Amino acid sequence: MRANAAPRDAPFALIEKAGGAMRVAATDPSAHALGIVPGLTLADARARIPDLAAIDHDPEADRALLDWLADGCDRYSPTVATNPPWGIVIDIAGCIHAFGGGADGDEDGAAELAADLCRRFERQGLSPTTAFGDTPDAAGALATFGGDDVLALPVTALGVDGEIHRALRRAGLRTLADLARRPRAPLAARFGSATTEALDRLLGRVVPVTPRRHPPEIEVETRFAEPVARTDAVLATLDELMRRAAAILSEHGRGGRRFEAALFRSDGHVARLGIDTGQPTRDAGILARLFRERLDTLADPLDPGFGYDLIRLAVPVTEPLAPQQLQLDGGAVAEAELAALIDRLTIRLGRGRVRRFRAGDSHVPEQAAFDLPITDTAPPVAWPAPEPGEPPLRPLHLFDPPQRIEAIAEVPDGPPFRFRWRRVLHEVRRAEGPERIAAEWWKHRGGAGLTRDYYRVEDQAGRRFWVFRHGLYGVERGAPDWYLHGLFA
Amino acid sequence: MNNVRLSGPESQSSHLTFGAAMADARLGVALRHAALHEVFAACPADSAAAAGFTVLLAVRASRGKPLLWVRDDRTVRETGRLDPAGLVELGVDPDAITLVHARDTRGVLQAAADSVKCAGVGTVIVEPWGQAPEFGLTESRRIAFAAARSGVLALVLRTGAQPVPSAAETRWGVAAAPSLVLGANAPGYPAFVISLLRHRGGLAGFDARVEWNRDRKAFHDAPLSRGAPAVPARRAGDARERRAA
Repeated sequence: MRANAAPRDAPFALIEKAGGAMRVAATDPSAHALGIVPGLTLADARARIPDLAAIDHDPEADRALLDWLADGCDRYSPTVATNPPWGIVIDIAGCIHAFGGGADGDEDGAAELAADLCRRFERQGLSPTTAFGDTPDAAGALATFGGDDVLALPVTALGVDGEIHRALRRAGLRTLADLARRPRAPLAARFGSATTEALDRLLGRVVPVTPRRHPPEIEVETRFAEPVARTDAVLATLDELMRRAAAILSEHGRGGRRFEAALFRSDGHVARLGIDTGQPTRDAGILARLFRERLDTLADPLDPGFGYDLIRLAVPVTEPLAPQQLQLDGGAVAEAELAALIDRLTIRLGRGRVRRFRAGDSHVPEQAAFDLPITDTAPPVAWPAPEPGEPPLRPLHLFDPPQRIEAIAEVPDGPPFRFRWRRVLHEVRRAEGPERIAAEWWKHRGGAGLTRDYYRVEDQAGRRFWVFRHGLYGVERGAPDWYLHGLFA
Repeated sequence: MNNVRLSGPESQSSHLTFGAAMADARLGVALRHAALHEVFAACPADSAAAAGFTVLLAVRASRGKPLLWVRDDRTVRETGRLDPAGLVELGVDPDAITLVHARDTRGVLQAAADSVKCAGVGTVIVEPWGQAPEFGLTESRRIAFAAARSGVLALVLRTGAQPVPSAAETRWGVAAAPSLVLGANAPGYPAFVISLLRHRGGLAGFDARVEWNRDRKAFHDAPLSRGAPAVPARRAGDARERRAA
């Protein structure tokens, strides 16, 4: 399928800098009809059409437009892939029931789908070419070269490089039918295996389409004959979809951890809203509240334009969830309230802002333990029990990265005597250490970093700090730097 | 949600205690559960002492319910992140804590207002950075009302801020106190100088020096023996705060 922007009036060309000259990269149909072809220099093109409008070629924008169009094509099938610079491949196997296709009406359904797609693209000022093929490559080649018989396509459709292409022409092989008749082995020997592989992809060996989105486990949708634009109608539809998704989840004994709503606007734009939950859930009431919360926090409010004609709800992440029992005791109610609170905070503040602690498997203090988004599922790890009778050996507040301090030690490899942190001088009255923590030399190639000697120190006012000397004095460093890593309660 | 809970010695009572005889005797039943209490760090360098005192109060008040700790990005930047290893060393179970990182004071207030309403929560620690002018009397009243209705203990933890009028039941100033030295001049157990700066019921303010005992999960009056220096003179900042209150 090909989509060219097609303004109606003056001929114009997209130009790019290639080989030291401004050359035509693409043209509109009227300029093409006047003999402007890609590769021509701008000077030559201007000689032919003096008033040719030249616009800078912007491949990024093309790519973005293609992605936007492919998003809109999600309405037809979960398996949509882009084929840059201007192709979109849609796997419509089993997806045409919505277009009147059935067991016997396959052809009609597919044609109806293609017509629907063309209508939508033309509304955007694009002129798409559609084609059906048994393989993605065949469909792409037919859309590019026209016709409906793959065998009748010229050998150019193989997409092999110029050398091989010339060799094929010289051997008198003009169409794919000429090639298909011949045994593969001699062809491969003469024209390279790339040629026969391209032939296989066109003629029958199906290469699976790599979809842009992973098809979700559960998906429910509602199509509208007339687009809906009112927010309450959209929300009512979402509620209904959530009830349907909840029924499916309950049938499978599962709950969703992520829910995604896709609102397909009739002009091809797709708005996507996602919510994450801290626990697997299938309570349509809770989900409805969360979606409303999510809508309220949108930076740009939803723009329904002329309305949505398809609303879809997907559940990409699910987890086992036992059938609900009637729980009437207060504990279970409080538990559910808490889970709802955490989900609401996650949605209002953003993913990753509600966190819980997890132990890591490193002895470097800043990596020994950390906090993770509560939506991440990580197996709980037991916390090491503190040594009985010992005062706290790890600080409550940990700076990451550690903060540089100016420190003076009585002896070069002893604890600091006084230090300056954030412009305030602290006199050390008590100190314990060093606790030597080596760098993780097995993780870094070529120099692991310096050993740290940690001291617990207390200043004249009783504040307790965790400081370290970075580098062994005289061994790793001549004059090691000092850092403050944490504050004890 | 987490199955592991903070477990404190308090279970049914409507008020909480320190475990330190002197301070408890002065307080009576002033530290009520379903209320808002404020903890001010005496100066920015006492941020960890104030945070430690606050989370330890929460441990004593937990009644088996989880703790939500709402901080903003500025707090994390200025005082560092909370180290779960350090919490374990204080006798706090990190699995019972849910961290909420808001972008700014407004986010903190909104998250706090939501959390305090939820009866499934035991304690909410609200920690906006600095003076946070958005956190006025109206906002603190909103939190105090919600706490009274839901039974949640709301603790407001302030570093680098001067007290302003609020709906708090009690207001505390907390500074680190020199610890009782262990062998070989090593710093000892966490010790705090806590000052009751204000009480709604008109209880007279007082200072106390307390030490935290991890095994008993209780504070106790810090003894002055073992060659420890005397209680330090009240810092200049404390007197200022009391006047402002």
